[in-house]
Amino acid sequence: MSSTKSQVRPGAYFDSVVLMQLQRNLLTLPGVEDAGVVMATPANLELLADSDLLSNEGKSAKPEDLLIVVRAAKAADAEAALGKVDELLKQRRSSAGSSFRPRSLSAAVKNLPAAEWVLVSVPGRYAAKVAHEALDLGKHVFLYSDNVSLQDEIALKQKAVKKNLLVMGPDCGTAIINGIGLGFANRVRRGSIGLVAASGTGLQTVTTKISNLKGGVSQAIGTGSRDLKSQVGALSMLQGLHYLAADSETKVIVLISKPPDAEVATRLLAAAHQCSKPVVVDFIGFAPPAAQIGNLYFAAGLDQAARLAVDLAKQPASKKAETNHLKGYLRGLFSGGTLAYEVLNGLQLFLSPIYSNIPIRSEQKLETTLNSKAHTILDLGEDEFTVGRLHPMMDNDLRLRRMKQEAEDNEVGMILLDVVLGEGAHPNPAGELAPAIVAHRKLRKEREFVALVIGTTEDPQQIDEQIRLLIDAAAIVFRDVSATVNYIAARLSQPIAAAETLAKFSEPLAAINMGVESFYDSLKAQGAQAVQVDWRPPASGNEDLARILEKMKA
Amino acid sequence: MADIDKANQQAVERMMDARPILKGVAPARDVIPGMRDNLLLHAGPPIEWERMSGPLRGAVIGALLFEGKAKNAKDAEALVKKGEIDFAPCHHHATVGPMAGVTSASMMVYVIENETHGNKAYSNLNEGYGKVLRYGAYSDEVIAKLKWMNDKMGPILAKAIEASRGLDIRALLAEALHMGDEGHNRNKAGSIMYTAKLAPWIAKVAEDAALESEVLKFLGDNALSVLNPVMASCKAMADAAHGVEGSTMVTPMARNGTDFGLRVSGLGDDWFTAPAEVPDGLYFPSFTSKDANPDIGDSTITETAGIGGFAMAAAPAIVQFVSGTPQDAINTTMEMYEITIAEHKHFTIPQLEFRGTPTGIDIRKVVELGITPRVNTGIAHKDAGVGQIGAGLVRPPMKIFEDAIRAYAEKYKL
Repeated sequence: MSSTKSQVRPGAYFDSVVLMQLQRNLLTLPGVEDAGVVMATPANLELLADSDLLSNEGKSAKPEDLLIVVRAAKAADAEAALGKVDELLKQRRSSAGSSFRPRSLSAAVKNLPAAEWVLVSVPGRYAAKVAHEALDLGKHVFLYSDNVSLQDEIALKQKAVKKNLLVMGPDCGTAIINGIGLGFANRVRRGSIGLVAASGTGLQTVTTKISNLKGGVSQAIGTGSRDLKSQVGALSMLQGLHYLAADSETKVIVLISKPPDAEVATRLLAAAHQCSKPVVVDFIGFAPPAAQIGNLYFAAGLDQAARLAVDLAKQPASKKAETNHLKGYLRGLFSGGTLAYEVLNGLQLFLSPIYSNIPIRSEQKLETTLNSKAHTILDLGEDEFTVGRLHPMMDNDLRLRRMKQEAEDNEVGMILLDVVLGEGAHPNPAGELAPAIVAHRKLRKEREFVALVIGTTEDPQQIDEQIRLLIDAAAIVFRDVSATVNYIAARLSQPIAAAETLAKFSEPLAAINMGVESFYDSLKAQGAQAVQVDWRPPASGNEDLARILEKMKA
Repeated sequence: MADIDKANQQAVERMMDARPILKGVAPARDVIPGMRDNLLLHAGPPIEWERMSGPLRGAVIGALLFEGKAKNAKDAEALVKKGEIDFAPCHHHATVGPMAGVTSASMMVYVIENETHGNKAYSNLNEGYGKVLRYGAYSDEVIAKLKWMNDKMGPILAKAIEASRGLDIRALLAEALHMGDEGHNRNKAGSIMYTAKLAPWIAKVAEDAALESEVLKFLGDNALSVLNPVMASCKAMADAAHGVEGSTMVTPMARNGTDFGLRVSGLGDDWFTAPAEVPDGLYFPSFTSKDANPDIGDSTITETAGIGGFAMAAAPAIVQFVSGTPQDAINTTMEMYEITIAEHKHFTIPQLEFRGTPTGIDIRKVVELGITPRVNTGIAHKDAGVGQIGAGLVRPPMKIFEDAIRAYAEKYKL
């Protein structure tokens, strides 16, 4: 025989939903068979009576009274259950409930309007669509997903450039923005070294090394591993470079990549060279023409890149003289073959297209040595020129004629000559070259003549006198190759039409994470504002419906 | 097809701009278009007797008893089986009814007029709690209460409302949302305001103080008094948005206890239906989900119009329906922003810094994101005559949204 116990609480008002909840909880207590928790209105009393839960005590309750009835197998259980009522009424969920997780990016943006960044790590075949949506909403994209096609990458990056946004990736594993690591990133000191890298682990290695050397990182921007392919054209790295160049917190810039495609390297290094800050370049496996060309420092490996960057960051910022860009092509008329080759080796990083009769890459080969084309470096000591005549180190005739030919070409903005002194060489090369320079300058005043003079004060030609003659003819004289290359690159490389520089990344960093949840957790752990999107494949993966939905968007 | 967004914007603007005013109370046969003596209107999409669930059948029997067409349940069933009674969805007659929604020709109904666009909508009078027709109860006391409502309360309401020159239900709803109502499962504040607004007019027109007292007590005690005018108002708003070429906005969602159905603004009068589900909820003493009927009623017109489950964040007192905490209630509303076209211009939620309620369900978003609308609802016993056994939450089946998308692709040749 089961036992029914009731309790009347006069005038105790609770919302019916609270009461139903209490009733449900009472039912879970040991021995309880049935329970009723109601305000004692006639309708409710009738309900209790139907369930055989109405005692005499209950019958006497008034509509404004709370009536609690428990039926249990044993009277003690029923009493015990009634004794739990207050505890159950007070019971609240320990947490205030988890906060809302949006399913769509647009909802996430509304929830965190401050978010400038969207981290995308959804499966590759959906990633491009999500990234496009993020760009359309005006957000920078950290695209961790791989298996994104090259076409999609190009389309995304072109859109980003147009919208003055950044796409890091696809397949970008790491970045540090305003001190907050995105994706896989180490906790490193903040400081004045800004990095752009097409290699995730490369970036991690250098940033950690910088930090361990007591240097610090301003921004570490990832680009994805294919950014420096010719089809993509380093769109992201160029944006990153320009950002860091303009960033007041960045004193030194580091570029990291596997060897870029040649023309991409030219564009990138020309841009880096035009920047007023030291730029450490580590294109892993790339043969640099020199350890340093102007503000460019070529590092042999990640460790050296970090060390160089830290050292450079300690030096006072040197104001780089503003160089005006000179219009026109370079024509280098060399008597020394190796000099020609080394100058070509350096300048090919900055000037494009560049041709030669001693090409380093096959596409640089001149069709005919009779006529120069675009930027041209000629080794006039090559056999084709010296058949039946003296070597140009001894006889200036060929060079003087070629100078005249080049000077008559209106597209030529600069003529470069080497002047090699010493035993066996022409006794007074400047004496013949300088008057020619003066004569040609009369034709076009703005045209520049640059001379690379090789020799010592002991040499019979009297080097000081040779240099004076050249300077008097308004030639610009250098004594070493890398200084020559640096000067010419600065004067002649195309000013990089810096697509608008990205707006300064806002602090504190706020981001929306779509995909791998640990990225969200780590953003929160680093104190960033973040929203996790509970992303699912469109139309729950039903491709037929997803296709229709796409058409409806178009 | 870039115009879907435009079409949806137009549809949702029409819905939000609609201004439903309670204009009167009158017998259904006098005001509802196409109403006739042998026609019974019911909730949800079309359904024949054979497929009707217990509570709907019970309400049909009750309505026939109320109309005097049958003496008892057996006679009533026989009448139906003989084919003497026609059935049609309320929605086909500019009408909505909670739960079974059965509306017969003699029943007094509220008349709502949308003053912006001129269309009208109708709903029966609310019976309160306990054993009621809308949950399929048809005992003598149920019929007696209906008769009292029809014969005694109805005429007084009619006169009072006429004297008041109309009540602005949209304004009332907007205020109720700031007082803890969500307009579907929770209408306490709205019902009190409704009673308070009508009381002076009832006092003015009533000739019998005892009846006046009874009517006021009936309205005041019933926390659902305003539900039916609210539903008819939502219907008037949604109807104003129906038929916008190219729009993917849902204009009604409704259930008949067997099927859950919806129509889409740009897809004409076709219903998309699938079996209704049993709500997940809390039950009155001695009932469990085993006793529950599948989801029933036209009250999902509230969610269609941007309130009800969509405004859950405004109603913290009933958060237990959504598993417990005010945060869960907020999450419910936040989720509905994902599948809606606009934030309501007039209905706002204090808890969300007065953000407009999520309004205008877009079938595209529902299918793309895999989020179906959240509906707050009462739960009916599956057997005719038992009545309400709980309240809770339900979602429409995804299939009806998917079917609508496919139909859209076909109609608009995508």
